[in-house]
Amino acid sequence: MAVNENRRDFLGMALGGFTAVGGIISLGAMKASWDPLPSVKAAGFTTIDISGAKAGQLNVEKWRGKPIFVLKKTPDMKPHDRDIVIGKDRFHISIGLCTHLGCIPSYFPKKSEFICACHGGIFDVNGEVVKAPPPSPLVIPPFRLDGSKLVLGEEGDEYKKLKAAGLVA
Amino acid sequence: MANFEKAKSLGDWMNQRLGLDTVMRVMAYEYWIPKNINFLWAMGMILAMMFGVMLVSGIFLLMYYKPDAALAFDSVNYTIMTEVGYGWLWRHVHGVAASVVFLVIYIHMFTGIYYGSYKKGREMIWITGMLLFVTFSAEAFSGYMLPWGQMSYWAGMVITNLFSFGSLELNGVVEWIRGDYVPGDAFILRFFMLHVLLLPLAIMALIGLHFGALRIPHVNNQDGEEIDFDEAAKLYKEGKKKESKVIPFHPVFLSKDVFVMGVFLIFFFYLVFYHYGFALDPVNFDPADGLKTPAHIYPEWYFLWSYEILRPFSKDIGLIAFGFAQVAFFLLPFLDKSPNAVPASRRGLFNIWFWVMLVDMIVLSVMGKLPPEGAWNVIGLLSALTFIGLWIALPIITKLEKKV
Ligand code: HEM
Ligand code: FES
Repeated sequence: MAVNENRRDFLGMALGGFTAVGGIISLGAMKASWDPLPSVKAAGFTTIDISGAKAGQLNVEKWRGKPIFVLKKTPDMKPHDRDIVIGKDRFHISIGLCTHLGCIPSYFPKKSEFICACHGGIFDVNGEVVKAPPPSPLVIPPFRLDGSKLVLGEEGDEYKKLKAAGLVA
Repeated sequence: MANFEKAKSLGDWMNQRLGLDTVMRVMAYEYWIPKNINFLWAMGMILAMMFGVMLVSGIFLLMYYKPDAALAFDSVNYTIMTEVGYGWLWRHVHGVAASVVFLVIYIHMFTGIYYGSYKKGREMIWITGMLLFVTFSAEAFSGYMLPWGQMSYWAGMVITNLFSFGSLELNGVVEWIRGDYVPGDAFILRFFMLHVLLLPLAIMALIGLHFGALRIPHVNNQDGEEIDFDEAAKLYKEGKKKESKVIPFHPVFLSKDVFVMGVFLIFFFYLVFYHYGFALDPVNFDPADGLKTPAHIYPEWYFLWSYEILRPFSKDIGLIAFGFAQVAFFLLPFLDKSPNAVPASRRGLFNIWFWVMLVDMIVLSVMGKLPPEGAWNVIGLLSALTFIGLWIALPIITKLEKKV
């Protein structure tokens, strides 16, 4: 009975269609449930004062749970495009996580290098890669300068300039 | 309505309603197992038993564990280990079992490879087996996060970073998986959910499928002999048990399995009581600290070989090699082009392939544990290349193989 079979096909397709739409919507809900919570995102701003930094000595701050490297450069460290200049001082500032798989490289002042113990990656004081596996320099976090203070998480003019020049990562 | 009679016994009452006789006949009394197999065929039942052991010890750990970044470490290292009566026992049983399960899985896998038990109708056994391997790996990893020590945190950091897929820089995906910028509360809770609910459910379903996939092809045997199960079963049922090539799964074969399980359990509890240390990394007895990476981080021993395939390469190539290593074994039934499902010792070049693969994976595992320096880097790179080369060679050498 062809007519009945068509009717059954139609019901089957209608049921399948509704189920599929419902399924896709619930997948969206499931995806959203795993997103970082608004409270986690809101806590993503940190102000640090870097006026007290000593040249050649690494300070580690914390932002979004990540270590932030703050290194005031000594006069004999060459200037670099990625330097953040405050008055006469030049700073290297980056997220202290290896761009390979995210271990924290250790700073060796004598060699002026960051060495990552996990897979042997090396970065220089500008965060540039000296030895693979890390594929790219240490990442400069979004920041805004506020006198001698640094607001991490906000994109200020200096950050935007670096970003436009493709120097942040 | 079906016809129910007054039951003669409780068994009969159940049988009328559930058809237990039929189930038992199909799955046990007339599920025929070849006689010419050895103790290596008991590994599967040992795995099934160990899953039970992990479930029971896990249930007891679950009653005091707190999935919270601030509380997790103490709930394990203080509450469970020092306060809860026999808490240490559950923890050591659970940890040692997790490690030993992988040893048995590898033996089970390599037994399958050696005897060619992944082809001629046994492909689904192999594929469900590999799915079990993957879900067990995820289960082990998610469990490793829970004590929230330094190794938990940094392993969580490194492994979730893999999902930025190298130069694709999908950092949003990584943050989505973590529910945070770094592993934290959201991360620990969702991995807790995976570890105690979703993955165990998937494992139970997969064990069911794995067993089901075995029922029609039956298990292989150590001579690669193609047994006519109907004929062999007929002989057995006629009482010609000596002449028949098979025995029923239950009670005859299972009694042998139970013997091997007994021997295994002696070894297992020896480890639990006297040598549990190998299963608990000392670095993980320091609480998680997002501002300090341990000097050397390395995964548990059973992940070392694939970790070492990632390590010697640049980031993108490393990730591709690593991804390949994860799926390569799935492809085995399709890359092996030879018609022979017989022990490797009778398969010429494949025999060499088998042993080189086994040794290469051991070398990779050793290198994965050593720091990435000097000669270790070179040996690591060479053995990673050997691993990839072996998979490329496989279809060629098996194509050349003559029918035995
Ligand atoms: C982790 C949980 C697993 C459990 C509980 C399990 C259980 C079993 C059992 C009970 C058997 C039958 C007895 C035997 O031959 O040992 C079996 C057979 C088999 N399993 Fe697994 N298995 C698991 C994982 C795996 C994995 C990871 C693989 C490899 C990819 C695998 C591949 C096979 C193969 C090829 C057979 C057939 C052996 C033959 O026909 O001779 N299994 N499994
Ligand atoms: S995480 Fe630094 S080299 Fe791999």
